[in-house]
Amino acid sequence: MIAFVLQRVLQAVAVMLTVALVAFSLFRFVGDPVINMVGQDTPEEERIRIREQLALDKPVVVQYFRFVQQIVTGNFGTSLRTGIPIGQLMAERLPATLELAIAGGIFALAIGMPMGVYTGLYPRSGLSRTFLSISLIGVSLPTFLIGILLILLFSVVLGWLPSFGRGDVVHLGFWSTGLLTASGWQSIIMPAITLGMFQLALIMRLVRAEMLEVLRTDYIKFARARGLSNRAIHFGHALRNTLIPVITIVGLQLGALIAFSIITESVFQWPGMGLLFLQAVQFADIPVMAIYLVLIGFLFVLINLVVDLLYYVVDPRLRVDVSAARGG
Amino acid sequence: MSLKWVLQAGVCAVGLAMAAGGASAQEKVLRWSSQGDAFSMDPYVRNESLTLGVMGNVYEGLTRRDTKTLEIQPGLAIRWEQQEPTRWRFWLRQGVKFQDGRPFTADDVVFSFNRVRAGASDLKTRVAGIKEAKKIDDFTVDFITDVPNPIIMYEWDTWGILSATWAKENFALETVDVTKTAPNFASTSANGTGPFVLTYREADVRTEFAVNQDWWDKDGRKKFNVTKVIYRPIKNPATAVAALLSGQIDVVEPVPVQDIDRINKSGQAKVEIGPELRTIFLGMDTDRNELVYSDVKGKNPLKDKRVRQAFYQAIDIDAIKTKIMRNLAVPSAMMIGAGVNGYDTNVKRLPYDPAAAKKLLTDAGYPNGFGITLDCPNDRYVNDEAICQAVVGMLARIGVKVTLNAQSKTIIFPFYAAKRDTSFYMLGWTPGSVDSWNVLYNIVGSVKKDAQGRIVRGLFNYGAWSSPALDDLTDKILTETDKAKRDGMIAQAWKLHTDDIGHLPLHQQALAWGVRNNVSVVVSPFNRYDWSLVNVK
Repeated sequence: MIAFVLQRVLQAVAVMLTVALVAFSLFRFVGDPVINMVGQDTPEEERIRIREQLALDKPVVVQYFRFVQQIVTGNFGTSLRTGIPIGQLMAERLPATLELAIAGGIFALAIGMPMGVYTGLYPRSGLSRTFLSISLIGVSLPTFLIGILLILLFSVVLGWLPSFGRGDVVHLGFWSTGLLTASGWQSIIMPAITLGMFQLALIMRLVRAEMLEVLRTDYIKFARARGLSNRAIHFGHALRNTLIPVITIVGLQLGALIAFSIITESVFQWPGMGLLFLQAVQFADIPVMAIYLVLIGFLFVLINLVVDLLYYVVDPRLRVDVSAARGG
Repeated sequence: MSLKWVLQAGVCAVGLAMAAGGASAQEKVLRWSSQGDAFSMDPYVRNESLTLGVMGNVYEGLTRRDTKTLEIQPGLAIRWEQQEPTRWRFWLRQGVKFQDGRPFTADDVVFSFNRVRAGASDLKTRVAGIKEAKKIDDFTVDFITDVPNPIIMYEWDTWGILSATWAKENFALETVDVTKTAPNFASTSANGTGPFVLTYREADVRTEFAVNQDWWDKDGRKKFNVTKVIYRPIKNPATAVAALLSGQIDVVEPVPVQDIDRINKSGQAKVEIGPELRTIFLGMDTDRNELVYSDVKGKNPLKDKRVRQAFYQAIDIDAIKTKIMRNLAVPSAMMIGAGVNGYDTNVKRLPYDPAAAKKLLTDAGYPNGFGITLDCPNDRYVNDEAICQAVVGMLARIGVKVTLNAQSKTIIFPFYAAKRDTSFYMLGWTPGSVDSWNVLYNIVGSVKKDAQGRIVRGLFNYGAWSSPALDDLTDKILTETDKAKRDGMIAQAWKLHTDDIGHLPLHQQALAWGVRNNVSVVVSPFNRYDWSLVNVK
């Protein structure tokens, strides 16, 4: 078990190093940050000085090793755009992104699961068809469009919800939360719906397909033959058996929610890591881009690790195989 | 966290929001938004209009400029005089206090002079060519220059004065170099003499200011009634417009041209239009013997003035103004806009005339035109890429096949700058000094390098158009102290450039600010945010 985890940690390091290398070989194409760092009247010698200090004049490999060296010594560097140390910048932005991702995930689960169960149980009802059409919209409409439409309806026309930002936040130590203020709750509703819309459609369709599958199986027939109530059959037996693949997907999608909240954060001016990354790309803020990509790489490795460990717990066959292999 | 708890919290939240909405506000709050945030609270970190615009409300210069007319007025100095060709004397305003209560004196000016020219300050050009700032008494300072400098104070409206004691006490003696070190006290805090006091700072999210009750010029600004300013950047223009229309923001800058009608018709807000000083123009490689990006080999057609004139007259500037800029542009015959010292209304654009252009091209030996690449930023100026696309179409009519290379400014500008790797390009320029010399030296001056091979003159003259006569005049303009003589030479220099069609000026773009109906603002051609001119009803 420990060996397995260690192996995964080593893999994580390798993945992060590779991500950083790929990132650095791409940074040549994002342009020159110095253009954005100085005013138009700044003389050439000053620009050259900055370029030299940032090692922008050096080959990619040299820049890459400089970066790795910095990380190893625990120095994440400074954002070229804001002048704030990146460690601090990430710590400021992470809570916003995590809260949004979790809110989006909960929204998707809370609405998507019941819809999926219903459409699985009554595939031919009118309501099921409506749910399926809605899920089609969720899958096919681009995120920014959903966001803008929501803003238009609930902020501009109805005036119910704030169109941007996180509202007032409360600082609990290093963590800043918007969930303890009224404006924070109002602010998170639309971004969470926008971010969770695709996941909602995905979960609903997944649950529906699984339910249809399970309801055809023999043990459900036996259960009916035993005279169990519909309620017990549907929720006690059918739904419980559909949950295993659903949990796997939801776990993996949580990573996607965090990593790909860029568009949602930009539409709602949500001060999270996605918005930070987008601003970094436009500014050619190379240190921030590099750290962000490495962090996301790490996050995916971590989630995969947790999922693998869960398999261990859920599926006894895996454990047998590994110990057999070790014994042999 | 149980579901019940969450639901309860939610219900409480809605209740609280309603209570907050019902409370009547005694103070006059101004909620302001722009696309980006001020880089730092240290006014010397970036020479960039947004940072200067925001921090100009906290820090003041020795001079200031009228927000509308740009005329130079007394600021922290009440008057000044060139007592010798290389010595200017400034008399300081007495009784002014910094926001921490300390009095403003000559020591602060001398300290700020040394700070602005040292370390990683990006505002070194404010005091370029000044050897020394000498304190004569508590309210008199002399500036000694290398050569006579008639326009020493032209950019001093954006050189804010810091308190020497405050900076020393808080270890903020130097401007922080972001490439090397973490921010210092002055990056996140501020202590100026201006109308607003920084009260809260969260970079990229929210910055708050409160009115400075002790501001020396409070009585000078009668309509000014704002007591608190909340500055919140919104990156996405659609989100910003929605925030304006839904009443969460009072002023949004800039407004995309396509949204102007919608805002004006909303009944909630209006769009205030004002001219911007920036001139948008096209430049051409008139230096190389063969263009890098063209199908003409062995020669450079753009060296021929007739070809440059053909390009000029083939561009339908009115179509660009009405169709692309939706009238938010002023076509320009010069490389400077109205308001800049040296601007002359008598200089007229050559008429749009494709037939004449075609004939010029034929005379120059290109009856079938030729191919060339136009480099263009797509995220720098208002509708920059659309303008370039229009130029491509217009030049096609006279047979010139233009390939458009439109990319982000962070990618395309280094191309221009590093190796002058362009044959035909778009650029925009605002002379910060509001004087022609800046443009004559940087944009149209011959490219000249120093001993280490670094470009000093003509740093942004990417096509390397050159006129030695103009350079001579530029050098004289720098040191000429007689205003009439100097203006005469500026006119002469511009005539040399216009007659030879050194660049193709297009227009000055307009600024568009979205403003709630209960707010009145003054749109500055510099795009400065002067909150002491704002009135909230």
